Amino acid sequence: MSTDQVDYTEKVMDHYENPRNVGLVENANGVGVVGNPTCGDVMKLSIRVEDNHIVDVKFKTFGCGAAIATSSMVTEMVKGKTLEEALAISNKAVAEALGGLPRIKMHCSVLAEDALKAAIDDYLEKQKNQPDQ
Amino acid sequence: MKPIYMDHHATTPLDPAVLQQIMPYLTNHFGNPSSTTHEYGRQARRAVDRAREQVAAFIGAQNSDEIVFTSGATEADNLALKGIALHPSRGKGHLLTLATEHKAILDTVEKLKKQGFSVDFIRIDRDGWMDLDHLQELIRSDTLLISVQAANSEIGTLQPIAEIGKIARERGVPFHTDAVQALGRVPIDVVRDSVDLLSISAHKMYGPKGVGALYVRKGVRLASQIDGGGHERGMRSGTLNVAGIVGLGAACEMAAAEMPAESERLRILRDYLIERIENELDYTTLNGHRVERLPNNANFSFAFVEGESLLLACRDVALSSGSACTSASLQSSYVLKAIGIADSLAHCSIRFGLGKSNTREHVDFVVDLLKKHVVRLREMSPLYEMAKEGIDIDQFNWGEHSHDEH
Repeated sequence: MSTDQVDYTEKVMDHYENPRNVGLVENANGVGVVGNPTCGDVMKLSIRVEDNHIVDVKFKTFGCGAAIATSSMVTEMVKGKTLEEALAISNKAVAEALGGLPRIKMHCSVLAEDALKAAIDDYLEKQKNQPDQ
Repeated sequence: MKPIYMDHHATTPLDPAVLQQIMPYLTNHFGNPSSTTHEYGRQARRAVDRAREQVAAFIGAQNSDEIVFTSGATEADNLALKGIALHPSRGKGHLLTLATEHKAILDTVEKLKKQGFSVDFIRIDRDGWMDLDHLQELIRSDTLLISVQAANSEIGTLQPIAEIGKIARERGVPFHTDAVQALGRVPIDVVRDSVDLLSISAHKMYGPKGVGALYVRKGVRLASQIDGGGHERGMRSGTLNVAGIVGLGAACEMAAAEMPAESERLRILRDYLIERIENELDYTTLNGHRVERLPNNANFSFAFVEGESLLLACRDVALSSGSACTSASLQSSYVLKAIGIADSLAHCSIRFGLGKSNTREHVDFVVDLLKKHVVRLREMSPLYEMAKEGIDIDQFNWGEHSHDEH
């Protein structure tokens, strides 16, 4: 869901001004870092998975207002979800939950989706290597 | 609350005194200055003549008919470059300019290049300051024009206009300068500085938008780019924008009167802004030349904080950024790139453009606001976290993720 507007929606501004779940999960068992400072956005998402559920999630983001708001929104959307449910969340769903993003900012929502996938991949990789944990 | 305006490189507010002088020419004095058979036309003609003299006096031109009115500086730049290059007396020669010029210059030379002209860029250092020796080396027997801006709109770096003019005159090459940002801020005199062509914009010095001028020294021949009724000595056809021209003249006269004191006031404010930022925040870089700089410009990179998000946090002040996220093209500032600033820092840049309305209280307000939000956004930035751990983010392997994938 994108718009031709240059202005952010109230929801985007709310998540930008009062971002939810900022920081690093202390006992994280999955961490994803995506983006590149050269491109102007880097997102780091850490998760704690227990019994196939994301019980805790936090983010740190270097990026524009839309990047920060989508990071914040994605953490809210995945908390308590199973890994399968979390993986089904698309960038469009994140943008929609924010009431839409200006068209040129849609790539920020892709970054949020990628960060989530990277964190889950990291968790699954770790499980493979240390199945007893 | 309306945001504090601190983006005077983009545009300036129309001064009420200038508006007052314009108003009659938008209302009762509607004559066409070419219609000199009656008083309506003659009245408009007198107003245009007076404005031409005001502009000429402001830049030190000896003769007011060396001023060609245009729709703005973009048109003036186009007329200067294409007018020189495409004149039938000249062949497909060579042009010299800077990589940090305004797009009106860069896009025009790019187009001329496609038509068979050759272009070289004069070397600039990390402050954006050009290399005069390199200019000497680059001049060829077929060099048609040297075009160097008087001041840069992003980083505020001034160029040694008088020295360039001297070299150009000695080597017999016409010299054009886009003086849009410099006029009204630093003294420019086309005779003293040996300038052959100079672009002016009204709205950058408290005049109206949509009007500008090109100074064309007597004897410099240009191919017209807009043909029609042969106005402006045949160099720019089209019924004159009388109200706009009156506004440009008034703005020039006002700038000439106010400049010495106002520039000094702005320089003190600007230095105070720079000093506070450098003393009170770490990981900051001043972009542009520290000394040879517009008195009203500062440009800082606040590492690890993306410019658009910082502007969003500081939206009680109207500022601009070199971040890709503030441009429709999603490209970061080409000016910062041209002086060798890493993309990762270009995204973090904020430009401050001070002007008449700004006070010391405004500077304190913006610095306090920036401090608060730079600290807050750094706490949220994975790059700041890495820097504190001693990781160099420019050397780190970030993988392939980029906008192109989207």
